Amino acid sequence: MAYSDKVIDHYENPRNVGSFDKSDNTVGTGMVGAPACGDVMKLQIKVDPTTGLIEDARFKTYGCGSAIASSSLVTEWVKGKTLDEAATIRNSQIAEELALPPVKIHCSILAEDAIKAAVQDYKSKAGAGSTPAGEAH
Amino acid sequence: MTLPMTPHYPIYMDYGATTPVDLRVVEAMIPWLREHFGNPASRSHAWGWEAEAAVEKAREEVAALVGADPREIVWTSGATESNNLALKGAAHFYKTRGKHIVTVKTEHKAVLDTVRELERQGFEATYLPVQENGLLDHDAFKAALRPDTILASVMFVNNEIGVIQDITTLGAICRERGIIFHVDAAQATGKVAINLMALPIDLMSLASHKTYGPKGIGALYVRRKPRVRLEAQMHGGGHERGMRSGTLPTHQIVGMGEAFRISRAEMGAEIERIRMLQRRLLRGISDIEQVFINGDLERRVPHNVNASFNFVEGESLIMGIKGIAVSSGSACTSASLEPSYVLRALGRSDELAHSSLRMTIGRFTTVDEIDTAVSTLKDRVAKLRELSPLWEMYRDGIDLSTIQWTAH
Repeated sequence: MAYSDKVIDHYENPRNVGSFDKSDNTVGTGMVGAPACGDVMKLQIKVDPTTGLIEDARFKTYGCGSAIASSSLVTEWVKGKTLDEAATIRNSQIAEELALPPVKIHCSILAEDAIKAAVQDYKSKAGAGSTPAGEAH
Repeated sequence: MTLPMTPHYPIYMDYGATTPVDLRVVEAMIPWLREHFGNPASRSHAWGWEAEAAVEKAREEVAALVGADPREIVWTSGATESNNLALKGAAHFYKTRGKHIVTVKTEHKAVLDTVRELERQGFEATYLPVQENGLLDHDAFKAALRPDTILASVMFVNNEIGVIQDITTLGAICRERGIIFHVDAAQATGKVAINLMALPIDLMSLASHKTYGPKGIGALYVRRKPRVRLEAQMHGGGHERGMRSGTLPTHQIVGMGEAFRISRAEMGAEIERIRMLQRRLLRGISDIEQVFINGDLERRVPHNVNASFNFVEGESLIMGIKGIAVSSGSACTSASLEPSYVLRALGRSDELAHSSLRMTIGRFTTVDEIDTAVSTLKDRVAKLRELSPLWEMYRDGIDLSTIQWTAH
């Protein structure tokens, strides 16, 4: 399979690899996928409680190059966004940016799910999630 | 006209997929494309006669590598066709004796899909599981045989994990019961000694391109004593004693003959050299934590190393070792989302199957290439584990089987 230059770039130079302390109240953690399916993504966001903006993000991914690239990309995209803005990132935008072929679309879906899960986790911790409508996955 | 070609990987470690044609084979083939272009079936002139003589000489070489009589060799287009001809041909010929067929879950798709087709035609089939080491349990095999079993098919050497089935014992069990025994030996020629004078095999599929011959040619061994009958699957001019019609491709046949001649002459020394390379590779990757070898290590051809690098997904590993051509049991290398059915049949978890690499070595593999492969693998596995949430959890002492994953 031929990979796009952007996938190769994220794979070779993944951005924001690592972990935040899960128990930190300013951190939201999303873990999606399953080892049996061949991909697991862990995405963490660190939120500034005063501004409500995502100030930093980290990821770790078990999966193919496209899965690694999708999660690396979204750590860049969520930074500086509000929680609601981050939750509007769509898999189609990720797939388009990375020029993913049809068989790899599920990687971008997983990355979208990871953002939503991380936002959801932060909100439930902060008790700020008044009505997280439409965020089930 | 020149077609654009993919730039070559510096190191080829996928001999299980195919092998380069040996230069001596290429040299032997060329005259049969140019000045000696005759049809081996032409009986009325010298072009035909010389082509026929070349075909018969190649038939002797192929027969000699496996200890067969040349009259027991039928040319086909490759092992897939040989498997189809053997299974469909025997099932159809012997259908009045019974309708049951026994095979194994780890067979090549060319056998499994053919047996599935026979099921659609009204035959019944049993697909036997294998043990954790990839080998068939003799008692389970015996127990699966029924009074109406007419045919059993077991591969000699597995294409993914390289394990060698106990063909002698399995064949003897079939012979006692009058069951036709077919063996897919596509991955076995040149890798294990085969003597059909002594082995109780009735039908055996052979490929050329796994043994340094050209693609597009293969053969089916059909035993004469006791005689095994087949119903033809390809009808036409009655070539190959009516078992497989179609003009014989002289150059391809000459190539397979030369490839098998070289293999017979050199396999003793070649196997020892490849065994040394396999040990070097195994020793090298054994330094990496959480590496599991798939399939029995003793009853295995030295050409194959199949290993699972736990917590690292196979396709991402292949992407990282881009200087080395290998294959993976991960689903991601195919269009389906299912990981290798062979590794699943060994009882390997899905995640270990997703984390597997098949490295197959051959005639042109060097010590330097093995050393490069080992250091590249060590480097990449370490990098990808830094990225892996599963590795992090494993390091934190979390049992991954206790996690509630969100399936997708």
